[in-house]
Amino acid sequence: MDARALKEGIVSGRLDADALDAGFADLHAPLSDHEALVAADRCYFCHDAPCITACPTEIDIPLFIRQIATGTPEAAAKTILTQNIMGGMCARVCPTETLCEEACVREAAEGEPVQIGRLQRYATDTLMAQGVHPFSRAASTGKRIAVVGAGPAGLACAHRLAMHGNDVVVFDARPKAGGLNEYGIAAYKSTEDFAAREVDWLLQIGGIEIRNNMALGRDVAMAALQDEYDAVFLGMGLGGVNALTAPGADKEGVLDAVNFIADLRQATDLSTLPVGRDVVVIGGGMTAVDAAVQSKLLGALNVTIVYRRGRDRMNASVWEQDLAAAKGVRIITNASPVAVHGNGAVREIEFEFTDDDLNPTGQTFRLAADQVFKAIGQTLNGDDLPDLDGRKIAVTGPGRTSITGVWAGGDCAAGGEDLTVTAVAEGRDAAEDIHAALMRA
Amino acid sequence: MADLTTEFVGIKSPNPFWLASAPPTDKEYNVRRAFEAGWGGVVWKTLGEAGPPIVNVNGPRYGAIWGADRRLLGLNNIELITDRPLEVNLREIKAVKRDYPDRAMVVSLMVPCEEDAWKAILPLVEETGADGVELNFGCPHGMSERGMGSAVGQVPEYIEMVTRWVKQNTRMPCIVKLTPNITDIRKPAMAAHAGGADAVSLINTINSITSVDLDLFAPEPTIDGKGAHGGYCGPAVKPIALNMVAEIARTPETRGLPISGIGGVTTWKDAAEFMALGAGNVQVCTAAMTYGFKIVQEMISGLSQYLDEKGLNSTADLVGRAVPNISDWQHLNLNYVTKARINQDLCISCGRCFAACEDTSHQAIAMSEDRVFTVKDDECVACNLCVNVCPVEDCITMEELAAGAVDERTGRPVATEHGDWTTHPNNPAVRQAAE
Repeated sequence: MDARALKEGIVSGRLDADALDAGFADLHAPLSDHEALVAADRCYFCHDAPCITACPTEIDIPLFIRQIATGTPEAAAKTILTQNIMGGMCARVCPTETLCEEACVREAAEGEPVQIGRLQRYATDTLMAQGVHPFSRAASTGKRIAVVGAGPAGLACAHRLAMHGNDVVVFDARPKAGGLNEYGIAAYKSTEDFAAREVDWLLQIGGIEIRNNMALGRDVAMAALQDEYDAVFLGMGLGGVNALTAPGADKEGVLDAVNFIADLRQATDLSTLPVGRDVVVIGGGMTAVDAAVQSKLLGALNVTIVYRRGRDRMNASVWEQDLAAAKGVRIITNASPVAVHGNGAVREIEFEFTDDDLNPTGQTFRLAADQVFKAIGQTLNGDDLPDLDGRKIAVTGPGRTSITGVWAGGDCAAGGEDLTVTAVAEGRDAAEDIHAALMRA
Repeated sequence: MADLTTEFVGIKSPNPFWLASAPPTDKEYNVRRAFEAGWGGVVWKTLGEAGPPIVNVNGPRYGAIWGADRRLLGLNNIELITDRPLEVNLREIKAVKRDYPDRAMVVSLMVPCEEDAWKAILPLVEETGADGVELNFGCPHGMSERGMGSAVGQVPEYIEMVTRWVKQNTRMPCIVKLTPNITDIRKPAMAAHAGGADAVSLINTINSITSVDLDLFAPEPTIDGKGAHGGYCGPAVKPIALNMVAEIARTPETRGLPISGIGGVTTWKDAAEFMALGAGNVQVCTAAMTYGFKIVQEMISGLSQYLDEKGLNSTADLVGRAVPNISDWQHLNLNYVTKARINQDLCISCGRCFAACEDTSHQAIAMSEDRVFTVKDDECVACNLCVNVCPVEDCITMEELAAGAVDERTGRPVATEHGDWTTHPNNPAVRQAAE
């Protein structure tokens, strides 16, 4: 075995460039023209199609697939983007296997759904490659809206507001717009800088100003926004991460998975990115899978996901779990971390098996670990926020908060699944409500 | 195993699958390969009279329509008859027939409508040892502009005249190939019969423009910006061909006239259908042009298996078995009542039956909140559209109402006896007679 693979500790350059390129290549390669026609032909054009209902943005899927089948992917793209302005990214990151494709009648019939996600990507890629932005702005309303967060919710909201003739200023804490699309998704799902290109394309609507490095509460205050703008939309996501409470959790090498994923996405040369030999990821969601798989792809020898509940409770879809398994990631369930061992830096992490109600069983085991990623959830940051529902902003209807003139959507708002597509739907719907409210005023 | 040996107008072949007169049978090289692959016979590509050879276009000769996965569904051609010298074709026909005496070798002919022209060519063909001739009265493009091909086939008097000349000037069996580009296929068939034809073969290709280039605004295939209609063939034309074969098979004036079935035969099943409707054998072209000669192996094994399963000993036992069941609409039993039945275990809830029935038919399918689709018997007229649009085989079927059962749509019990339009009270002719 290659000595680089066996080297202990968190080091870079475990794999050569070719292996890295192959590993981080596009997870779902784009369909060719002919493949798209064949895939489109499988769609039955269902009446009141179940896939539409299953899509949080309610894209008219049979219509856009028929538009592809008849040689007009540009029209298909407009059908998609009318409902979901981030249809390009959603085509890449949506867990279609639990949304549209799960509802597809051909999944019921044959266990082989129409490839809706890949067809959506085919259509949106075609249009974006032509540099076409198929929407234009309505006459100016003279209204100004502040959007906090340039992620899927904020940008979807901003685009819809701008389209209706409003002026929008988007504040984002990070140096680049895109939110989790830019910083929080596995690299093999958003290749060739797609997230940034999609933001540029989206901004072609005009009327949207992005102010980067502007965090709510740090660089800009709630009160000022309410004062200065006709309405405020909060879509800043969850800026904090949950802490690991086990003793030793402060040891070197115990890191936040979201930061690892963000570093990966921003890295220009993956061979310089260090990764442990024995990596343990704690958690059961998409973030856990993304961190684990990418650790493996960077050359980690042993990667294990440990989740405190059963497989059926994992937020990562079965498809994602299978992807992890296929890449060589081991998944252990029903085990909670009880201690992090090591002298300064982590060397081992100790778990205790739990039953389905999270009661400890008394049986423990240790895993060798020189790097531990925490993917145990994120938390809302910020002051002067509207009332919360649990740990997120409480909303009613299309994102209305307890504060008049302030709307919220995406991961920072309560309810809904924390998916890109859900965030887009919430941002879009809030925009419609904001616009209607401002026009009434 | 069933015997596929077929005798058609006295010509024996080891199976009923012949290659039709077309590009695949234009030369010795191809025909030898076809026979090696197992084809029972060929109709050699149409020969014209001696003299300067035919000239073809030098741009595309074919146009096509496809399914989504480029499955070829229909083919159109503007190729003319053989463009090789007559003496070359005759020499090759003789050589191949000598080497494959058990295979059918029929030669297609097209010469001007003058008796001398036919008198001149027939002895030359006879000399090759060929088993018979086929008169090409069907080719709808190019040659028809010169008064041959379908220009003859569209005038029954010409068909009869030329057929008679041929029968008077050769001992060889004469098959007359008919064009579908007419209004009533029975008339040219009767003319061929009257002229003494031993058989008819049909259909030749259908006048067609396969598509229009929406950038050039020109029909396809496009030759230097222009297009001429071609002849359409392939799977798409089969239903038209089946009907024409059936018409000839069931019409008293032509009943019993041997038919060589042509038009979209792609599989053994297609062949069996043609034969059940009265064709003594079939001729194939587009399927071979699409997939090569090897397809005949599937045709042979498939037809053989089918005959075995049906307990039929030979192809002759199959020929014409469906003919007695071809009827006129007026004789169809109006007292035969069926209702659509949806198998809920097989249903995948696509809702296509609902959309079709609700939007375009009789509003006879109900859709529940949870996407369960059921037939409303009081509205269902048994049109079968739901069956046709359902993507799941056997999910929707038509169930016959037993005699005596009440048809909820009409409120009347299903009658036991046959009742058709000829005796229906709404038929003005019937009312008149009663008055």
